[in-house]
Amino acid sequence: MSTAVSAHDVTVIYEDFKALDGVSIAVDRGKSYGLVGESGSGKSTLLRAIAGLAPVASGRLEVNGRTLAPRRRDKAFYRDVQMVFQDPYGSLHPRQTIDRLLQEPLAIHGLSDAEARIARALDEVGLGTGFRFRYSHQLSGGQRQRVAIARALIVEPSILLLDEPTSALDASVQAEVLNLLEQIQRDRGLTFLMVSHDLGVVTHMCDQLAVMRSGKVVERLSAADLVAGRIDAEYTRNLMVASKGFVRTSA
Amino acid sequence: MTAVPSAPLSRRDWLLSDRPQSRMQARLGRAYMTWRRFSANRLALLGLGILVVLILMAIFAGVLSPHSPVTGDLAGARLLPPGSPGYLLGTDEQGRDILSRLLHGSRLTLFVIILVAVIAAPIGLIVGAVAGYAGGWIDAVLMRITDIFLAFPKLVLALALVAALGPGIENAVLAIAVTSWPPYARIARAETMTVRNADYIAAVRLMGASPLRIVLLHVMPMCLSSLIVRITLDMAGVILTAAGLGFLGLGAQPPLPEWGAMIASGRRFILDQWWVATMPGIAILLVSLAFNLLGDGLRDALDPREAGQ
Repeated sequence: MSTAVSAHDVTVIYEDFKALDGVSIAVDRGKSYGLVGESGSGKSTLLRAIAGLAPVASGRLEVNGRTLAPRRRDKAFYRDVQMVFQDPYGSLHPRQTIDRLLQEPLAIHGLSDAEARIARALDEVGLGTGFRFRYSHQLSGGQRQRVAIARALIVEPSILLLDEPTSALDASVQAEVLNLLEQIQRDRGLTFLMVSHDLGVVTHMCDQLAVMRSGKVVERLSAADLVAGRIDAEYTRNLMVASKGFVRTSA
Repeated sequence: MTAVPSAPLSRRDWLLSDRPQSRMQARLGRAYMTWRRFSANRLALLGLGILVVLILMAIFAGVLSPHSPVTGDLAGARLLPPGSPGYLLGTDEQGRDILSRLLHGSRLTLFVIILVAVIAAPIGLIVGAVAGYAGGWIDAVLMRITDIFLAFPKLVLALALVAALGPGIENAVLAIAVTSWPPYARIARAETMTVRNADYIAAVRLMGASPLRIVLLHVMPMCLSSLIVRITLDMAGVILTAAGLGFLGLGAQPPLPEWGAMIASGRRFILDQWWVATMPGIAILLVSLAFNLLGDGLRDALDPREAGQ
């Protein structure tokens, strides 16, 4: 099976702070790969480094077999790789209608047939054309995240970077958005690289995952291993206990 | 989705619909919301009203003026007080009707305001947005240039420019424009810095948009509303500076009926014939006040932090 995204010994340094410290992962094509860890563990930074939004100090990033330059990305890259951000309230331009938002990627990449593509993209994320000329403030959080997903999909990428796509949404909407993502992956055969602090979401969505802590990968394992409890690192075990939530112990 | 057949909407419901059916409806709806916020402010409406009157005065100055603004009746109508037959606001030392001069002077005032806004605002917006978005040495260079311009007292720099270029209303406009863009650059830069790291800008960058496209289409619209407010509030200052230059004899040259120059010529007999200097003074006061009221109203209506709601 070929590798869609891989990172080799990637280090990201913000001024004096080492956000990523020699991280390596490999994501198989058509699969979902999860990144878990506590806040500040560098999981989002890895996504941003792949997207070209974080300063890569050393290491090598590859997408579909091509090595990426540390800063510059060409347009072809952005047709292959798209990202959905964590906060749907911050990732949509407050002064643009949904229509305008979705038109922008089409205009940048010079894709024809904008009308039909926008209608199709909205249909695909379950938002009908009634939403097309609304502003983002006229939408709920879940609807916004659907628009963000539509925007990412409209250039027909093969790889989707998901930065905690559901953590800003409430539980029932979370499930809807996760189901939508799963369905899109089945339909299009996309590769997902998904960041989450929720082990439940990751084990549900992903085949493989990496546990990160303070900029390093602590452990790589498959979702099946995690469910079966075949865990090597103490940290992963703690994370697992923490994700089960508060358990009342009898006195 | 199919259109739901329903009772015909009133125009207001159509504008306020939260499911606009077309680009046009969405845009008009947004404009209508802004207008509603603006018109809730009575004083802002008064300001807008005064400015509409000013514009109408400028357009119809030729029809409305009872006399010529530049040639007077030296023999029969020198320094007549307000209310004299045929001369509603009185006449000046050359027998010219002050009302006619004020009406024609409104054209010069509008000319100055519009040109200053058209020259200074885009310069400030571009300099500020580029500096704020690019950061690094581009930011440093552009902002130090801005600082240099800010360090000069406005009127003194304008005076120096007019002295170098020669007196005249066009040069006064140029001088005012050159001295008034730095604050706009500062505002545009500050607004840009707050949005440049927002996710929605990162999302556009991830679409593969060029920096030019991001600044022009995504960053600048976010700077516009605070800039419009600031420019409107500055217009009072621009009018006063233009009047000041006219007063010093460096702006509009005689016999142009520029309001500042009219005050200057009335200064000599302000104690005996008070109306010669007072009438243009009241005009300047009203227009400056109108711009300030309008700016206040626009600030409430266009507040970018409120626009999300």
